This record gives sequence, C-alpha cells and structure tokens, in this order.
Amino acid sequence: MNLRNLTITEAKEGLKNKQFSAVELTQAALDQIKLQDNNLNAFITVTENEALDAAGHADKLITQGEDKPLLGIPIALKDLFSTKGIRTTAASRVLDNYVPQYDATVVTRLKEAGGVIVGKTNCDAWAHGSSGENSDFDPTKNPYNLEYVPGGSSSGSPVAVTSGMSLMATGTDTGGSIRLPASFCNVVGLKPTYGRVSRYGIVAMASSLDSIGHFTKTVADSALVLGITAGHDPLDATTPNHSVPNYNEFLGYDLKGIRIGVPKEYYAQGLDKNMHKLADDALKVLISRGANVIDITLPYSQSAIAVYYIIQTAEVSSNLGRYDGIRYGNDRSYFGDEAKRRIMLGTYVLSAGYYDAYYKKAQQVRTLIVDDFRKAFEQVDAIVAPVSPTPPWKIGAKTDDPLAMYLSDIFTVTANIAGLPGLAVPAGFINGLPSGIQILGPHFSEDKLFKIGYAYEQETQFWKEAPKLNE
Amino acid sequence: MKINVKHVAKLANLKITDEDINKFETQLSEVLQYVDHLQKIDTTGVNETSQVTGLENVMREDIAKQSLTQEEALANAKSKHNGLYQVKGILDNE
Repeated sequence: MNLRNLTITEAKEGLKNKQFSAVELTQAALDQIKLQDNNLNAFITVTENEALDAAGHADKLITQGEDKPLLGIPIALKDLFSTKGIRTTAASRVLDNYVPQYDATVVTRLKEAGGVIVGKTNCDAWAHGSSGENSDFDPTKNPYNLEYVPGGSSSGSPVAVTSGMSLMATGTDTGGSIRLPASFCNVVGLKPTYGRVSRYGIVAMASSLDSIGHFTKTVADSALVLGITAGHDPLDATTPNHSVPNYNEFLGYDLKGIRIGVPKEYYAQGLDKNMHKLADDALKVLISRGANVIDITLPYSQSAIAVYYIIQTAEVSSNLGRYDGIRYGNDRSYFGDEAKRRIMLGTYVLSAGYYDAYYKKAQQVRTLIVDDFRKAFEQVDAIVAPVSPTPPWKIGAKTDDPLAMYLSDIFTVTANIAGLPGLAVPAGFINGLPSGIQILGPHFSEDKLFKIGYAYEQETQFWKEAPKLNE
Repeated sequence: MKINVKHVAKLANLKITDEDINKFETQLSEVLQYVDHLQKIDTTGVNETSQVTGLENVMREDIAKQSLTQEEALANAKSKHNGLYQVKGILDNE
C-alpha cells in the first residue's frame, strides 16, 4: 500500500470496506518515512509508537461502527503545534528539549476526529522563511527535485503529503507559509480567514497575521479538514462565533456567474514569464467552467512587503521575548540568525523615536491595503493570481540575501495583512517543478474558494502527478 | 538608514558576536532602506488597522478554571527549588 495513491476520502472508503486496517495504513505511512526521509528531511520527530497505538484504537472503533471524519487517517503536524507529551521544537534549537504539557486546540480537534499523528514536520525555525532553509534541523528537500527548495516556512508538511508519508499535514501561514510550499510541492494548501481556526497552543510568530491551515492532495480533502479545525475557541479571543458550514456541500463543476478578479499589479514586471503563462492557462480553465474574468487593481499591493516586514518583525520581537530559558527551553543564545534579524528589526521599529515612522505608518498603509481588497470585492467574488513570482529555486540561492528571500512572498503577504482566506491549488509544472495558483476571497468565504478550486482541480488534475522518488 | 546593531541587540537581550555585527548591520540596513518607500505614501487622516475581521473588545466571565498543575508547569524548567522556578539574582550578583 502507498499513501501517495490515496486521498483522505478514498482512504476512508478503504477503511470502511475493510480493504485495509488503520494499523496497515499507519504502518505504510511510517514505512514510507523510514524509506524516504533520510533524503527529504520532512520530519523532526516521528511518533511511531503513539501512532500505532492510536491506529489500533481506531480499528477497534471502526469495528464498532463508529464514524468520525478522520478516523484512522495518518496525519502530520508542523512542529509549531503543541502536542502533549511529544517534543515541540518550532524547528529551533531554543526548544529542542521542550515537551508541552497540553495540546493546541487544533490538535485536540484532530485527535477527537480520529486522526492518527505520525509525527512533527520540519519548517523554518519559528516559521521565519520562505524556503525551509532556516530550520535548525537542516533543510527539507523538494521531492520533485532534491536540489530545489520545497518552499517555506511549512516545508516538511507538504512534502509529507506529496510523498505519501501522511494524508494530511497542518501548517501556519503568516505571510505565505502554507500557500508557497503547497504550490512548490504540488498539493492543495489552505490559509483560512484570520480567526477562522484557533491559534491556541501554536507557537506564535506574528499574532495579528498568523493563520492556521493545512495541506492535502485535493480540494475536497481540504474542505473536510477545515470542517474539523474551524470554529470558535474560548481560548483564542480572535475566533468569532460564525457557524461552520459543511464545506464539502459547495463543491461542484459549474462556475457560472462567478466573477474572478485579476489584479494587474500581480501580472506585471517581476512575474516570471513561465509563471505568467501558467496563470493565464488557469484563467482559461476557469472561464471554460463559466466564470467571468474581470481586470481589477490593488494599487497598494506594491507596499505590502514593506508593511509586512515592519508589522511582522514588530510582533515577532514581542512574541519571542518570552524565550528566556527559565520556564522551558534554552536561553536566547540558541536563536539562529534569521530569528535574530527579525527580533532586532522588530525591536528597532518599535523603539522610541522610530515608532511613528515605522510601526504607525505601516498600520496606516495596512488600512489602505485592506481598503484595496474591500473595493475589489465589491466587483468580484474572488481573486486569482500566481502564488509566487517564480517557480521553486535551488537550495542556497537566496540564503545570503535576506531581502531577496523576503520578496518571494510578494503575492502572498497581502492576504495576511488583510486577514483574507487563500487557497493554493496545483497549476502545473515548469521544468519538472510544480507551481500553483491562489484563490483569494473576502473574509469567511472559504466555501466559495473551495467551489472555485474544486472546479479547477476537476478539469486539470495536476495533483495526480506524483514525485519520482527512489525506491 | 543605519541601524545600531549593538544597541538594538542589547534592548532585545541578544548576544551578537563582534564578527556578526557588520553582517547584521548590512543586512538590516538594506531591509530598512527597502521599507523606507512607505514614507512617500500620504496617510493623512488614515486610521491605523487594529483588527481585520470586525471583532472588538471580546469579553468573558472572570471565572477561575482548572489549569496546569504546579508539577506540569515546572516540568520543562531546568532549575527549580521547592516547587518554584529558580533564577539568578536580578539586583546583585547573588
């Protein structure tokens, strides 16, 4: 059995029809990790014993006729998600011996839904990065070509999904950290609306931007998982009481009447010509399904990276202030270079005499970016754009140039600044490496994003192209 | 825009080696130069964003609830004494 050939939906059918057991499914995930992870480095911690126990329990429940949305399904968690009794490092040496005493809310919900946790995935330390190379536990490799980055910061999670090591993996998206690696690894990545999914128990990066999402092979699987993770949590005051619909009900082939906005600023100078073509082809598919494509403008998007690198670093500097080595973890000398850079930038922009020029100014321009989207969504239902301006790059290509690395997020940070949901869907290959498009919508419009993404996916099926791994 | 790495590192309680100071100074100054173009945007009368989804002043009842036990709270501490965190002296070199 190979998990690469199964979606969650198909695995659930297989379990129900007794084609295989949850223990067999979990064993297949663990075998694949053993076989491939020396090369790919997607995992920091593998929880073999806990996983087999949980799978055994799932098999018992299945026999009893119990029906839970993820019962017996192998899943992986970005190593930012607190797991009771299981080491949680944030891929930083500061936390390399930290064992949480409680589960993140999302972890509790995934466990209650019957998910079987096979391990904790690699990422850029503290989720700082766009390539996975800032991990203190060595970079993750792109399974489609080991010399290339898988995208970051959630680097191990999409690799685990696309390589058959788990059927779903979680991520966090503060400036593109789910959508970019999803796009580079040929999987579906969802960044939900800010506050749609609880942040409680997840190592905080930038609290006004952090969004908690996940990676799956297909849009239908993504919709299924959001139905489990979304919703109000008394432990996170930014999660509103909006009801959580059955997202899978919205999936269909017909996009008649849907208005898709194409922001001219995203299709301008700086966009790789192959990426441009890939996005154009995607728009053609959407039109063929009945969507209307409309040109729009987001004039302040050129300022998004500047706004982002002020607000985000300011929030990073205060969130990482708590790491003093007294209550848990190691002291501050264990921070890597990128964390140090962001802490110092954030400290600087918040310091006396500079606050107005940087932080206040950035929060004002943030309002202008929010207004750009508000106006755009008076005209269109959703916006479609490439996830990144270029295809995946070679490992090492940007590591000495932080600013060049920061600019890889130019098309993704705007959604975080405005708190909007974004769905990254595979859109094809450039020189054998995957790239994706993202669908952005108004707050709490995940149902619509799934609908558009599903129709596109049905027509294109790029996700079926598996990486060629050495056996 | 030049950033005084030594001073900022002290504010952030980070130890930076002398050889790293120049590297960080160059890299951070480059980022600050990049973000400087925001100054050209007219933001007269524009409010600062403080929330994006409409939630404001979220309240809850002030009721005590079961939380971590003392043992759990101390589980990851390297240095403890009689069920408390033990830290170095703050005022003197105790």
